[in-house]
This record gives sequence, C-alpha cells and structure tokens, in this order.
Amino acid sequence: MIIKKLTKLSDTPHKRVKYAILLTFILFLGTSSIFAQHEEEKHGDKPLSEKKFDPGHFIFDHIGDAYEWHIVTIGHNHISLPLPVIVYSEEKGLNVFMSSKFHHGHESYKGFRIETDEKSPNKGKIVETLSDGTVVRPIDISITKNVLSLFFSVSLLMWIFISVANAYKKNQGKAPKGMQSFFEPLIIFIRDDIAKASIQKNPEKYMPYLLTIFFFIFLNNLLGLVPIIPGGANLTGNITITMALALFTFTITTINGNKAYWTHMINTPGVPWWLKIPVPLMPIVEIMGMFTKPFVLMVRLFANITAGHIIALGFYSLIFIFGEKNIFAGYGISVVSIAFTIFMMMLELLVAFIQAYVFTLLSALYFGMATEEHH
Amino acid sequence: MGLVTPDYGLLFWMVLTFLVVLYILKKFAWGPILSSLKEREDSIEEALESAQKAREEMGKLQADNEKILAEARNERSKMLKEAKELQQKMIEEAKQKAAKEADKMIESARRAIENEKEAAIGEMKENIASLSVLIAEKILKKQLDDPKKQKELMDQYLKDIKLN
Repeated sequence: MIIKKLTKLSDTPHKRVKYAILLTFILFLGTSSIFAQHEEEKHGDKPLSEKKFDPGHFIFDHIGDAYEWHIVTIGHNHISLPLPVIVYSEEKGLNVFMSSKFHHGHESYKGFRIETDEKSPNKGKIVETLSDGTVVRPIDISITKNVLSLFFSVSLLMWIFISVANAYKKNQGKAPKGMQSFFEPLIIFIRDDIAKASIQKNPEKYMPYLLTIFFFIFLNNLLGLVPIIPGGANLTGNITITMALALFTFTITTINGNKAYWTHMINTPGVPWWLKIPVPLMPIVEIMGMFTKPFVLMVRLFANITAGHIIALGFYSLIFIFGEKNIFAGYGISVVSIAFTIFMMMLELLVAFIQAYVFTLLSALYFGMATEEHH
Repeated sequence: MGLVTPDYGLLFWMVLTFLVVLYILKKFAWGPILSSLKEREDSIEEALESAQKAREEMGKLQADNEKILAEARNERSKMLKEAKELQQKMIEEAKQKAAKEADKMIESARRAIENEKEAAIGEMKENIASLSVLIAEKILKKQLDDPKKQKELMDQYLKDIKLN
C-alpha cells in the first residue's frame, strides 16, 4: 500500500518533467529546424550566386500548401516526401500519381505541371495543358501537405480522445489518471464555461461539435508550431481550413435558428419602423451580420496563426538578409532573432489556446443566439 | 493572392475528414466521456445529498430521542409524585386506622375494666355482706355466750316488740 502510494507520488512529477523536456525539445527544434529549412532556400533550386535571398518567397513557401512534403535539403539534394496527386481532367479522366513525377516542380507529367508563373492566379497549383494548347486547372483533390497533415492531426485527435474515453470506461467511479486528467479540465471548461454559459437551451446537443472544433484547432495550432514532419503544415493558418470550420458553425447556426432568431433578423423588435420601411435597412444589416459572423471567425483564426508564423519566419529572414551583406552581421543578428523567435513561440503557444477558445466560444455564442427564446 | 484564396481540393478533404472525425469522436469519445463525467457528477451530488439527508435524519432522531427522554423524565417524576402521594395516603390511612383501632381497644378495655370493677365491687359487696354477717354472727355468738346476756337481749327484743 505504502509502496503503491510512493510510486504514485513519484510518478506525477516524473511525468511533468517529461512533458517539460518534451516541450523544450519541441521549442528547440522549432527554432533550429526553421533555420535548417532556410538553408535549402539559400542553396536551393539555383546556385546562391544566381538567386538572392527573397524573404517573401521564403515565408510564403513555408506557410503555404505544397504537393510534396519537404523535409530537408542537404547540399543540392532535396529530401522530401512525395504525396499522391489526384486530378480529374475532362480530357484525360482521373489521374493518380505521386508528386515525385514533377521532380520538385521542374517537369511536367502527362500534361500536368505545377504552375511556376508568378503572374498566374494558379501559381503553385497543378495546371493542365490541353491538346489545343490552352492551360486549364483540372479538378484537383490531391493529398497535399495540408491534407496529409490534416489526416495526421485527426488521427492523433481520435487516438487521444478514444483512449481518454476508454480510460473513463476503465476507471469508472475512480479519479481520472494521466492523459484523462489532463483533458478533463479542458472538457469541463468547454462544457461549463463555453457551452452552458452561452447556450440556454439544450447545450449538450452542441457539445460534440464544440469539443471537436476546440481540440481540432488547438491541436493543429500546436502542430503548426512543430517545424518538422509531421508538424509544421500551418493548417489552421490556411484560409480553406478556417473557411470549412466557419462554414460548419454557420450551417449549424442557420439550421438551428428558431422563430425568434429569424424574427429578429427580418423584423428586429425595438427598432423604429422607419429603419425597416420603406428601406429595409435593419434587415439588410442583420442579414449581412449573419454572414459576417462566420466570415470574421474564418479570418480571425487564419490571420492570427498566419501572422504568428510570418513573424517567426521574418525574424529568421533577418539572419539571412544580414548574412548576405556580411556573414558576421548574420551571426550577430541570429542571436537577437532566435531570442525573439523563442519569445514568439511562447506567445504562439498562448495564441494556440486563445484562438481555439475564441473560435469555440464564438461558435457557442452564435448557437446560443440562434436558439435563444425571446420573451 | 494564393494565401487568401480557398482551395477546393483541400476544402473537399477538410469537410469530408471533419465530418467523419466529428461522427467518430461523437460516437466513441465525446459520448462516453460526457456521459461518464455526468454520471460521476451525479453520483457525487447524490452522495452529498444523501449525506445531507442522513445528517438531517440524525438531527431529527436526536430531537426525537431528546423528546422521548424528556417524556420519560416527566413520566418518572409524575410516577414518583404519585407514589409519594399514595404512600402519604397509605400512611395517613394506616395512622387513622391505627388510631381508630386503638380507640376501640381502649374503649373495650375501659368497658372491660368497668365491668370488672363493677363485678369486683359487687363481689366485694357480697363478700363484705357475708363477712359482716359472719362477723356479726361471731360477735353475736361471742356476746350471747353468757345466758344472762341472752336473757337481757331477749328482754330487749321483747320490750321492743311490746313497744310496737
């Protein structure tokens, strides 16, 4: 009994230390590996003498999507994970092949190639040259870097929460343990302080959705801070992902909107009549608001996460901008840059949680507004 | 700009994946987690409630006990009082009875004494009468020993008779 207690006591701080080490490790990797990734840019596609360091490119390459998952470049050798390309064109039908066929975007394959023209709206996307010479964009559902990252993060999410659920079954009637006790306060926080505080009528109904978006955003924000594979894919800083999330919130809000919600929208109570007739000013504002709410959700998450990445990458760019002028200036500025980036990483950890919280809270508020009964 | 242009390929995968994940997590994670949390909270609440109830019950029981004790105390004092009264009464009665009996006994004794006295007096009278007769006889005998005296007496009597 005493031995059991002792081992339990020693278990917790031990684990805490392990997490702390892991966290520092991640942070350390975060700083060092963006550094490493940069070298590839420097010695990248073309020799250094031909290509000056372009921070814009460098940054946008890192926060954007890609058809291959670049891991590291040693000298002139790119080491990257080729990803499956799935394209459907009217001319050639369904084509599935690995992105390695493009040879890092230098070659075309079966008439498909990655657009490199800076002026093209399809820059960086797969385009197809038809037999008559016109360039079109085929239907493209390739497993890109972001899609693979999405698959990885949701697998992790499912693994974590299904094992937590199993822990609840196994420890029924007992105090939570390990991972279960780490997530329980968060789950209770979402339930009591987000769902129950914002939704008056049947908050339990929205709990699965709120929990899923919270942990999806939180986990992907954190994975976005991990610069090596399988992290680093800036998923929540991608407008498409935030758009999808905002669309779900919008759909649920609209579907669950009750009579009071629509009445409020069309014929806002407590507003002078001349704001509604003959020019339906208030209804227009309200209906616009219905769309701006999810739009703002989309932009807020996207902008916050992307901005964090841009700032961190910007600090690293400084090293190379100065390094091109004078190698010692580059070394000198690197100290400052790394210090600032560590600070940014800390801030990003906070932002990762705050943005997940804000997105979930606002979604819950919108659901609450849609289902609120007016008296 | 590529950064703010949504990509429908990614959107397709995101919507598909998210819906599947939402369904799976709802079924295998959130459902069991939320229900066990609720269960646990309910059981804690129930335990607290039942503890409160037990406390109240105990309080009630204590009050009941107190009441019963007070009642018993009352009863006891009442019984004691009654017993005392009864005792007093019994003593009183006994005393009265004893007194009466004593009176009766004294009365009868007195009557007996009276009777005895009367009887004794009667007997004494009788005795005295017979004694006096005896004495008189003896005196007479002694006085009339001498014939002279007898003659004298007779004369006397005769004289008395004559007189009559």
